[in-house]
Amino acid sequence: MKAGTVFKYGDNVDTDVIIPARYLNAPSPAELAKHCMEDIDPAYAGKVKPGDVVVGGWNFGCGSSREHAPMAIQASGASCVIAASFARIFYRNAINIGFPILECPEAAQAIQNGDKVRVDFAAGLITDETTGAVFQATAFPEFIGRIIENGGLLPYLKARQKGKE
Amino acid sequence: MGMTMTQKILAAHAHLPVVKAGDLIEAKLDLVLGNDITAPVAVTVFDKAGFTEVFDKDKIVIVLDHYTPCKDIKSAQLCRQAREFAARFGITHLYDVGQAGIEHALLPEKGLVAPGECVIGADSHTCTYGALGAFSTGVGSTDMAAGMAAGENWFKVPAAIKVTLTGALGPYVSGKDVILHLIGEIGVDGALYKSLEFTGPGVAALSMDDRFTIANMAIEAGAKNGIFPVDEKSVEYVTGRVDRPWTAYEADPDAEYESEVVIDLSSLTPTVSLPHLPSNAKPIDEVKGMAIDQVVIGSCTNGRISDLRAAAEILKGRKVADGIRCIVIPATQEVSLQCIREGLAETFIQAGCVFSVPTCGPCLGGHMGCMAEGERCVSTTNRNFVGRMGHTQSEVILASPAVAAASAVAGVLASPLDIMKEG
Repeated sequence: MKAGTVFKYGDNVDTDVIIPARYLNAPSPAELAKHCMEDIDPAYAGKVKPGDVVVGGWNFGCGSSREHAPMAIQASGASCVIAASFARIFYRNAINIGFPILECPEAAQAIQNGDKVRVDFAAGLITDETTGAVFQATAFPEFIGRIIENGGLLPYLKARQKGKE
Repeated sequence: MGMTMTQKILAAHAHLPVVKAGDLIEAKLDLVLGNDITAPVAVTVFDKAGFTEVFDKDKIVIVLDHYTPCKDIKSAQLCRQAREFAARFGITHLYDVGQAGIEHALLPEKGLVAPGECVIGADSHTCTYGALGAFSTGVGSTDMAAGMAAGENWFKVPAAIKVTLTGALGPYVSGKDVILHLIGEIGVDGALYKSLEFTGPGVAALSMDDRFTIANMAIEAGAKNGIFPVDEKSVEYVTGRVDRPWTAYEADPDAEYESEVVIDLSSLTPTVSLPHLPSNAKPIDEVKGMAIDQVVIGSCTNGRISDLRAAAEILKGRKVADGIRCIVIPATQEVSLQCIREGLAETFIQAGCVFSVPTCGPCLGGHMGCMAEGERCVSTTNRNFVGRMGHTQSEVILASPAVAAASAVAGVLASPLDIMKEG
């Protein structure tokens, strides 16, 4: 894949700033994308381009269970989120909708806002082309890998159901 | 090595003799919950994936509580989508305006959760039911859809932090002060991916409503779930509400815990969390006097009858200070009715509060109390993130009902002990 530009944020980026509740009454991906990150970075939605990368610190996506949060980031065009750690519901939601996330404290710390970063999802390799640094993200357990391969939890369940029939 | 209470419930629902922290399992679900924000998204993905049946129409609950009574046309469309789905599959437990209440107060009240059960809900505060000794955790809409289709879902078996409670709470100190103190101790990701297992001699002295409040905010420490042992009080609570057989699980004596936190309940004072993280916990005496504009008393955290009794005790015969807006929101219809029967509704109105219909409304900046730039609210809700209750330059201070009511009377952030001493 091509390298994307990094939008970097701090620790505890919560779901209320990823997508404020005032926009949850219109849950279409395109509508959510317009307001993504609005309360911490009003410029994000206007600047982000397909393939760009969101980087956060510890506990990214904490707060509400709203799946609208990873949906909004995915629909904004970002290819993935790299963070030191993820709040657990955000982690599940991203996997369940087939949106790639990478847990890597070293990368989350070293990568700077505006860097050009390339990600090899299969290998979990993160390359900061601006600095030349390469990072290895935590590998997904095999079971979660299967959900991601199928494009999300429901396609996975559907495929499994068909397998049984 | 033994299992924690959570691990035992998960093992039983995965039909496995033993599970250990880190195992990925598929567990049967006793209940799947969604609300007017999350259920419509779940319905969309359920339909898109081509599912045509639900696993059990009696084990799905949809509560229209967040933006209801509908605040605008868009929310009305979402409620309609949820209602139509419920009608299509004959979902037994659809709670609409008139029967609804805030989901996490409503489900226990209706007997929809029993000890030992395994529950997922597309709302982060689904962890509330751990107060009853159930495993319950918040998930997203796709998980809800998967649960509705399959009646099971995948879980990573959590490690646990043991929270040992000793002593008993003093006057005007409540479950809210316990959980704010705990989150202040361990941080907003202090229990990330883990269970918070509450135990110790102090549990017996906590009311069920205090336990609901504590379990409710386990997510605010990042926890997968919070859970309490089943004792006489929990049995008394479910008696008359739950009419199916249930199982009380206990942690093994040799269960493994990653760490232990000990809290002497008698040492706690009223505690608040300053903006913008629930972990910014401070004893009230260090921060009282801060200027405020609004007070909210209610929510899935603190909208139960004992919460409203605690607030009413302070507001009785007193007035909300000039310039302060005090919004009181009973969590359910039953709580509302009880407030009327006990005269609490009159107390609130006489004091100058507005007494609302049940709704999540202001907690998430939805409606019924959004804040303008520069305003500050003392709120009995659960989150004080940037922009949570309105403008990004507004602020939320998390507090107990007693602190919120005392602050409404004082017109600034105040301690209930000071207000009650003044008489």
